[in-house]
Amino acid sequence: MAEVDSGPVEPQARHIVYCGVCTLPPEYCEFGGTAKKCEDWLKEKHSDLWEGLYSTDAVTANLSTLSVSAQERAAKDAAKKEAKAAQSEARDAEKKAASKVLIKRVERNKRKYVTVLLGLEVFGLENKKIAKDLGKKFATGSSMTRSPAGAEEITVQGDVSDDVREWLLEVHGDKVPAANIELIEDKKKKKTEGAV
Amino acid sequence: MFKKEIPSSNRSKVKSSVQRGLRQKLLETYPGFEPYIEEIMPKKASLEVVKLPERTTLYTIDSTPLFFQPFDGPPIPHLKLVHAYPTALPTIQIDRGAIRFVLSGAALMAPGLTSPGGRLPDSEHALEAGSVVAVKAEGKEEVCLVGTLKQGTEEMKSKGKGVVMDEGHFLGDGLWRMQLD
Repeated sequence: MAEVDSGPVEPQARHIVYCGVCTLPPEYCEFGGTAKKCEDWLKEKHSDLWEGLYSTDAVTANLSTLSVSAQERAAKDAAKKEAKAAQSEARDAEKKAASKVLIKRVERNKRKYVTVLLGLEVFGLENKKIAKDLGKKFATGSSMTRSPAGAEEITVQGDVSDDVREWLLEVHGDKVPAANIELIEDKKKKKTEGAV
Repeated sequence: MFKKEIPSSNRSKVKSSVQRGLRQKLLETYPGFEPYIEEIMPKKASLEVVKLPERTTLYTIDSTPLFFQPFDGPPIPHLKLVHAYPTALPTIQIDRGAIRFVLSGAALMAPGLTSPGGRLPDSEHALEAGSVVAVKAEGKEEVCLVGTLKQGTEEMKSKGKGVVMDEGHFLGDGLWRMQLD
């Protein structure tokens, strides 16, 4: 069948730049709680947009529409929000530094092992996806399971702990520092900690 | 509605017949999307459905969110879609003072719309309660809130107070931040 020329060209969707820090459209960054960082980001990545939003003209034009008391209130609110955001970020970073990714070798049967990964989600990795990737990488069964306590863990069949460590550093090295990965051997009866 | 973070949940493909029905329904509810429908929801693309809390479903194509639909209401376009096609929905505008409340998830109140910075359609294009609108902000170009009106625009003008929209999808809420890949 001959291709029929479609008549008028379809109207195109607009593509908007979203802030890389707070994900809002840049003009709403001031309400996102990370205004300073957003501004820096925008200046670096999209200087033309930055010009339109943060030049002194634009700022004064924005402020003039509000009454003084409302302005004060808004500023106070923004400061509070910013402090909160900074605090939560600091807490996050601390948590990240303190927590570890555990790679456990668990004995199943005399000579059979499974590898269990714990604590990946703290570093912004999604367990389910990692499990899938690991399964593909090592051509073994790999799944995300929820332990009774509610913690998520990845179980990879076979003893691949060293390889997993290597793979993690290679693929997600930007997220997981090497110092935070720990290998553990888990005997069937009693837990013994030690280097593998 | 989505103040809290939304846990990622299962995704499933939608039957093509359901997809057709949904497309029909969308066009009925939003004639404004008519010229764009091929681009938003190509016939061949496979639509996926994600379950959200409170019996809401979200429809996506290739990890691009399109619409969400509360259990008992019409489908409402995701803000990213509204940003891409800003003319498809009727728009109202809030004043600058209201933005920070809206973006922290408060209910939209009438004074934010009736004050000098706000804008409502004139009586000829009045919107009834129950219609889905996009809400812009004074001095901003993009839409910051989308949801169902609880009051008609004429009523707002005459009364000038009360809740206008209480369960909307606003910039930076759980649905907005949801990771879909």
